[in-house]
Amino acid sequence: MSSTSHYPAAPTAQGIETRTLSVIVDNEPGVLARVIGLFSGRGYNIDSLTVSETEHQKHLSRITIVTRGTPMVIEQIKNQLERLVPVHRVVDMTVSGPAIQRELAMVKVAGKGEPRVEALRLADAFRARVIDAGTESFIFEITGASEKIESFINLMLPLGLVEVSRTGIVAISRGPEGM
Amino acid sequence: MSKDMTGAEMVIEALADQGVQHVFGYPGGAVLPIYDAIFQQEKVRHILVRHEQGAVHAAEGYARSTGKVGCVLVTSGPGATNAVTGLTDALCDSIPVVVITGQVPTHLIGNDAFQECDTVGITRPCTKHNYLVKSIDELPRVLHEAFHIAASGRPGPVVVDIPKDIQFAKGTYSKPREFAHQGYRPKLKGDLNRIKQAVELMARAKRPLFYTGGGIVNSGPNASTLLRELVKLTGFPITSTLMGLGAYQASDPQWLGMLGMHGTWEANWAMHDCDLMICIGARFDDRITGRLDAFSPGSTKIHVDIDPSSINKNVKVDVPIIGDCAHVLEDMVRLWRAGGVQADKKAMGEWWKQIEKWRARKSLAYRNSDKIIKPQYAIQRLYELTKDRDTYITTEVGQHQMWAAQFYGFQEPNRWMTSGGLGTMGYGLPAAIGVQLAHLKSLVVDIAGEASVLMNMQEMSTAVQHRLPVKIFVLNNQYMGMVRQWQELLHGGRYAESYTHSLPDFVKLAEAYHAVGIRCEKPGDLDGAIGEMIKVDRPVIFDCVVDQNENCFPMIPSGRAHNEMLLGDSGESVEDAITEEGKMLV
Repeated sequence: MSSTSHYPAAPTAQGIETRTLSVIVDNEPGVLARVIGLFSGRGYNIDSLTVSETEHQKHLSRITIVTRGTPMVIEQIKNQLERLVPVHRVVDMTVSGPAIQRELAMVKVAGKGEPRVEALRLADAFRARVIDAGTESFIFEITGASEKIESFINLMLPLGLVEVSRTGIVAISRGPEGM
Repeated sequence: MSKDMTGAEMVIEALADQGVQHVFGYPGGAVLPIYDAIFQQEKVRHILVRHEQGAVHAAEGYARSTGKVGCVLVTSGPGATNAVTGLTDALCDSIPVVVITGQVPTHLIGNDAFQECDTVGITRPCTKHNYLVKSIDELPRVLHEAFHIAASGRPGPVVVDIPKDIQFAKGTYSKPREFAHQGYRPKLKGDLNRIKQAVELMARAKRPLFYTGGGIVNSGPNASTLLRELVKLTGFPITSTLMGLGAYQASDPQWLGMLGMHGTWEANWAMHDCDLMICIGARFDDRITGRLDAFSPGSTKIHVDIDPSSINKNVKVDVPIIGDCAHVLEDMVRLWRAGGVQADKKAMGEWWKQIEKWRARKSLAYRNSDKIIKPQYAIQRLYELTKDRDTYITTEVGQHQMWAAQFYGFQEPNRWMTSGGLGTMGYGLPAAIGVQLAHLKSLVVDIAGEASVLMNMQEMSTAVQHRLPVKIFVLNNQYMGMVRQWQELLHGGRYAESYTHSLPDFVKLAEAYHAVGIRCEKPGDLDGAIGEMIKVDRPVIFDCVVDQNENCFPMIPSGRAHNEMLLGDSGESVEDAITEEGKMLV
């Protein structure tokens, strides 16, 4: 007999997909804990999470979550999120239509001489702005898709990369419609 | 009309406005202002329990037997943490309960003050919603919102944590008209096109089956009436989960009995072989489905549920309908009648012939004895002697619970209170107290095991104090019976810690609580003793000494499917029935 359970077997037939969810919530104390607690309590993944109040009069915040799972799990995540009382809407930015996803990173690079010049030259190519400069270090600000930021960081690595601070992904749909 | 008053007075005012007549609770430092307010009024009656867990279970029993919201008042710290099991229980079984907890004053929160705990943090995953009230201005709104959220949609427990300074603070109370959470709007009406599609599938089905659950009971008595109408109209067989018992009358020939791990042969086989499953208000729990990849493999599945997250969680369904059971059932009945549809007579005849063959297997049969009381026999006698009365049944958790579900024939909804999802031992006695309080003249019986009932035995004191004549019918086999059964099946009969030494003398225990104790050891004495128990107008502990070795069958062993049930009289050894992998499972 196969090894199966009274509990659902881990779904192996479906592939794992990465999705970006935008969640509109009432900005009230504990709302982020509810969302995060839901993910940890039910064993869902969070790859990236950003949150900020976006409509001050209505006290609404927008949470952008990048998560992974089978289509069935993703559907569960959406339904479970919508079940939370302060949650207004959940939209799957990956499937609801064309959407733009961006991330911002601040990258500190220290060095002198040729590596320093090289870092500055690459930053220019990546359209990264210098937001702080000293004789021995730069801080670059770079915005873009995660892959672009990833490759910029990789290039900085041998040139004296000190540290990186990233916002995580924010997303918005293209076209005239709001979510 | 708005009035000026303290936060503590607002709590009472809001409860009264919500129609709360009884609140179960236990006082403590951080709720003293509210208790002071309770002392000075007569609108809301307080029922003092002996442990906060008992308060929540009592409120659950109250809620489940009346359809109203149960209400609880406990103090901060240990008061709140003791309530957590009850909250989780209510969340798992979707029971509407509002629990008001005291909290240390606002300026002390986070300082590790005496009897402080992070109540909203601890109860966040075990409530439908919770609040920490930080300003007197929001207190009236929060209190009313709590009741609305607890009772609407898929019901559940809500916690309102009120710091002591807020209880003392003065403010203006009025019943709010507006509901702050715009995002919370449970959907009641089902999608009509989907319902049409469902009715068409029902008309074409050759081997259909209704599979119903606690959602019908939660939806209200109207849902049960409509379900009965639809089942009669279609002529389809019906089975139900543990939580849904009573929604359809057990005496009806179309009723196949409960399904699942300890369900009947006919219910489980019908589930396995059906070509159309009409699931209404049930959630494909693992106790129901057994092995998922072999669960009802050939059926088209319709699923009606008010909670979208229940749909496609464990089992992929073909026609999901999000809505309240009563609303959807009403549409189904209307469409079935309007369409002038008839079920496929010939196919139904064959389907019923097959079902009768399964039924003839008599899967609940057991070998009775005239020397020793068989637990199944005890429940059968209890049923026969109480069925014509106005009776409510609660249970603890374990073998006795399954036997009660199998052998007690429930005819009406809201008559059966059991801890289904969480499986909380110690649920039955406090729940019975809550039920009895709501139905003072009715017969309320807690079918119990001797191990479970000891977990909240202190509530006997509550029953006696408030003159609630609950009957605790203990099937005493001196074992944690279900644990022992699993150890017999899965662990080579090594009964680690499942035998209870040093049990109390239950008759003397009852007497110590100023209640009545009855002990019965012989099958011949059973009817007389049960009669005596019913007659007594005081709380009773009935110590029914039963066969220690009886097991609960049928049983779907771990890792098996619905068509691989074990029966009590089958030749197959239970040890052979479970694979090494199966032993890993719960």
